[in-house]
Amino acid sequence: MTITTISLPISIRDVTKTYGRTAALDNVSLEIATGEFITLLGPSGSGKTTLLMVLAGFIRPDSGEIRFGDREVTLVPPHKRDIGMVFQNYALFPHMTVAGNLAYPLKLRGVARAEIDARVARALDMVQLAGLGERQVDQLSGGQRQRVALARAIIFEPRILLMDEPLSALDKKLREQMQIEVRHLHQRLGMTTVYVTHDQREALTMSDRIAVINHGRFRQIDKPQDLYERPNNRFIAEFIGESHFLPVEVRGGTAYLGERAMRLAEPPRHQAAAQFLVLRPEKLKVIDATDGAGLNVFAGQVKEFVYQGESSLLYVSLANGQPIAIRQPAGSAPCVPPPGAPITLGLAPADTIIVPSEEA
Amino acid sequence: MTAAVGSTTRTDKLAPRQAGRNAAELRAQERAEQWMLGGLALPALVLISSVALAPIVWLFWLSFRDAGGMTLAHYARLLHPSYLISLASTFELSFLVTIICILLGYPLAYVIAQARSRIAAVLLLLVLFPIWTSLLVRCYAWLVMLQRRGLINTWLSDLGLIDRPLQLVHNFTGTAIGMVHIMLPFMVLPLYASMRAINPDYMRAAANLGASPVKAFWQILVPLSLPGLAAGIVIVFVLCLGFYVTPALLGGGRVMMWSMQIERNVSYYGDWGAASALGVVLLVLTLAILWLLGRVIGFDKLTGAR
Amino acid sequence: MLASPATETQITHRRRLWLYAIVSLIVLFLIAPSLLVVPLSFSDSRYLAFPPPAWSTRWYSAYFGAIEWREATYVSFAAAILTMLLSTTLGTLAAYGLQALRSRWSVLAYGAFTLPLVIPAILIAIGIFLFYAQLGLNNTLTGIVLAHSVLAIPLVVITVASSLKSYDMNQEMVARSLGASRPRAFLTVTLPQIRISVISGALLAFITSLDEVVISLFIAGGDKATLTKRMFNALRDEIDPTIASISTLLIALSVVLLGLSQFVQSRSKTGT
Repeated sequence: MTITTISLPISIRDVTKTYGRTAALDNVSLEIATGEFITLLGPSGSGKTTLLMVLAGFIRPDSGEIRFGDREVTLVPPHKRDIGMVFQNYALFPHMTVAGNLAYPLKLRGVARAEIDARVARALDMVQLAGLGERQVDQLSGGQRQRVALARAIIFEPRILLMDEPLSALDKKLREQMQIEVRHLHQRLGMTTVYVTHDQREALTMSDRIAVINHGRFRQIDKPQDLYERPNNRFIAEFIGESHFLPVEVRGGTAYLGERAMRLAEPPRHQAAAQFLVLRPEKLKVIDATDGAGLNVFAGQVKEFVYQGESSLLYVSLANGQPIAIRQPAGSAPCVPPPGAPITLGLAPADTIIVPSEEA
Repeated sequence: MTAAVGSTTRTDKLAPRQAGRNAAELRAQERAEQWMLGGLALPALVLISSVALAPIVWLFWLSFRDAGGMTLAHYARLLHPSYLISLASTFELSFLVTIICILLGYPLAYVIAQARSRIAAVLLLLVLFPIWTSLLVRCYAWLVMLQRRGLINTWLSDLGLIDRPLQLVHNFTGTAIGMVHIMLPFMVLPLYASMRAINPDYMRAAANLGASPVKAFWQILVPLSLPGLAAGIVIVFVLCLGFYVTPALLGGGRVMMWSMQIERNVSYYGDWGAASALGVVLLVLTLAILWLLGRVIGFDKLTGAR
Repeated sequence: MLASPATETQITHRRRLWLYAIVSLIVLFLIAPSLLVVPLSFSDSRYLAFPPPAWSTRWYSAYFGAIEWREATYVSFAAAILTMLLSTTLGTLAAYGLQALRSRWSVLAYGAFTLPLVIPAILIAIGIFLFYAQLGLNNTLTGIVLAHSVLAIPLVVITVASSLKSYDMNQEMVARSLGASRPRAFLTVTLPQIRISVISGALLAFITSLDEVVISLFIAGGDKATLTKRMFNALRDEIDPTIASISTLLIALSVVLLGLSQFVQSRSKTGT
């Protein structure tokens, strides 16, 4: 199905939705570019699904404005918004065949019978399910159903695609495979896609941009790499990737871990006095005690070694008892000192990230 | 006002609802949708309220009025012995029928719940069959069977067991037999449902721990089946209280149920005051019993099992 | 086979034969009376002797030949069909609306729907009678249909609502996201999937109306007398053997409807 889809940008302005006394969405705004793949990432209850439902029209916000391109759709009912949507549980129609499911949106739009058949065949092809048109829904595996749901959402060539944790019901291998397939589909069709997930790895894999949302507000909106390397605050740093945190004091443009000043590539971006040093396990390196020139050095005692296949985690206890961990890839002959042995770890200034806590 | 790409928006307090864009239109749309959905249920509600519920309220009102204005005379008249006897008969019959239904219904429900699915399905069908058969057909069948020259008497005398026909119908006995026949399925079905819901692991555990089958039955199964039993008792008893057809046909005029008093006052005497008072009393009794039994066994079990 | 265990407590069938014997008698008690009527309807005798001395179909001729019975049959069936149509439509919409609305009001409304099942029929009957007297609806088909619907709608609502509870409403959301309006989504996606319970509700409504006695006694008179009213009066006055033939036909109808209802429900287990 090679379509020249004219996609649309999405504009979300000052959208608020309150349930009783809690704000599911708190005056959020976001501009999404044409053809962009943006992920709404957050823990459960953060408001990400609520925002998606507001975009789809199934939840009416208390106030705010939604635009698809030039058209304001805030008051437009869902069935007139012309968007594609994939739900968490696929929600395929069990009383129709696969082909019936795919033909449904086309029939609603009055497409001619012959054309429907042709497009259904092409859609099945596109998601690698050719020939399965006459199957009943309950005869398909989870992965196949997901693909049918996807095909059904794009067969009528919507300008915008919304996806609500569509892969969460799949097992790990299948999920990772589908992530790539969805990404390829997006590259091929180019429609603006808003993807909701709580899985940060999934977000990092698939997105052009990630909007991290918590308690109904956006915390940081950035490209995946920027989000990972330069989190705005502890919540983001904690939510994306794994890290350990050491409390530091920021004064005079530097961060102090206890009495020691940290070597930083740039001054801390925030001025709060109490902040945190983010230690990403894969950024730490095992060094000799004397080799710490130019690095931030951490000395401690080995606690535990955890083998994880393609990499391993070494838990280390610092002098004041705080635990940190270092990840070493399997390929580079990891260092495995016995528990209790002293060890020195080094962190490059460029990788030394200082973040405030969330409320800063 | 719009946030540029790549930055975050922060507000320190909730934006007031009223001041938001589109707030009024969105609220209006939401309300319209609620009304539309609720409106789907409206025709049914209006029909039931106007045809059945409102007239009952009117009856309630009538029970306190006569030619002279507001009065309690209609209720006072209910203390007359004939009415009290009616009340006693009604309760007596309802109790008796309920108890017999428990005695007959429990073993039946138990066997169906334990049977293999094929046999259970057949048995259930046989239990459902009377419900789908017309009430009048069943009353007729009992009339035929129980009359002086009916089947039972004919067989019994042919077998030499009796020399005079037994008076089995047009009296309390006949009415009770007929009512048991009508009510038994309503006892069996909820009982069966609750027995089916009992996790078989409980019985296995009991056997494993050393309980004999009889002990396991009384100590495990019976207590766990009580919600269904309670539902069955409630349904049967309440139905019996207000039942009209069977006592009217099989009672021969000797069994004066409360419902028949109501009918007589309307059709025979045209005394709406009396009839409404009788009706209100019946309704209050019914609701009181439902509430009481609901208190005793938990309302959630009542509505769930129904 | 008798030695095989009957229950989890490993008691064998053999040791419970007494139980099976008792239960068989109980089942016989439930079934036999209705079935006894059937051979009786073919009896030649005026008196209900069993076994009948001679066979004939005179009571069937009496039934089909008498104009009052024919008219009553017509009224009953017309009322039953109209009640079925009205109750099923209103009841299904009500169950759907309440489910989709999910507000505090729905609990209240649901309670209101179950009231006609809780209130004694005799009370509802005299209430309707009084009400109809003011509107001149007594002894009219319209009146009968509305009154029967009051009893049938709760049954439809309960039946449909219970199947809606286990239905995934998300599918309607999906349908709407694909471009279907709410009514369209209901008709093309939801209704096909709940049709089993809708049909069951319809059959229940039909039989409830056909078998309804108490209310009909009051409001179905004159030339709009229902079959049930005429039968009741006949049973009260003198036992006319014609009733045997009518009963047999009604039993046959019950068997068909029950079979239909079971068939429809069994199909729900085999896919869709």
